[in-house]
Amino acid sequence: MLIAVHEQAIDPWQILSAYQAEQQHLAGKVGATNIFVGSMRDFNQGDGVQSMYLEHYPGMTEKQLRAIVEQAGQQWSLLDSLVVHRVGEVRPDDVLVLVATWAVHRGDAYDANRFIMETLKSAAPFWKKETLAGGEQRWVEKNSDGYQA
Amino acid sequence: MSIKVRYFASLKELVGHGEASCNVSAPLSARAVWQQLNPQQPMPNNVLAAINMDYAELDALVADGDELAFFPPVTGG
Repeated sequence: MLIAVHEQAIDPWQILSAYQAEQQHLAGKVGATNIFVGSMRDFNQGDGVQSMYLEHYPGMTEKQLRAIVEQAGQQWSLLDSLVVHRVGEVRPDDVLVLVATWAVHRGDAYDANRFIMETLKSAAPFWKKETLAGGEQRWVEKNSDGYQA
Repeated sequence: MSIKVRYFASLKELVGHGEASCNVSAPLSARAVWQQLNPQQPMPNNVLAAINMDYAELDALVADGDELAFFPPVTGG
């Protein structure tokens, strides 16, 4: 399991490649790898967004992420999981979050990944402050529903 | 007895600082700690609290040495 909060840019493919190379004990066992990459849009709630500041609660954020991943591990049959989240100043197209789940079968990998992501959205202590195209700043008050079209 | 209090995001801006300490003579609820530290500032409706980095109800009691945090709904991911 890897839980990490990064202040620098996240390269999800480099992180996954390096992490998988270390997991030699899973060689031959993984039948399904599910990867979610969330990135920053340049619009939100009808406004252009030029940048964003992501604040977190060091210590509690990692503790809650670990608890969410452990809960997923109790609910689904997982071989391993990884969550990496960005904090600090971010710009459109920057990767904000990477969630990966490894399982024997795809159902567990898909469902656990979705659970981790949706639970993170409502329980992991991160807060976004947007700088709009015109320069005004505002806190994002609520995450959008992940199941909305 | 002393409690370390932390504020995050919009609440840090609302109260004007990120950390404070609260001296108490008996266990207090999280809500009472807010009222003691911010008598002029009513607590916003949607405030969340954590005690020692675990989510807690606003009526939960904090004790000597605890770290109490107040923050708005989370918006990560």
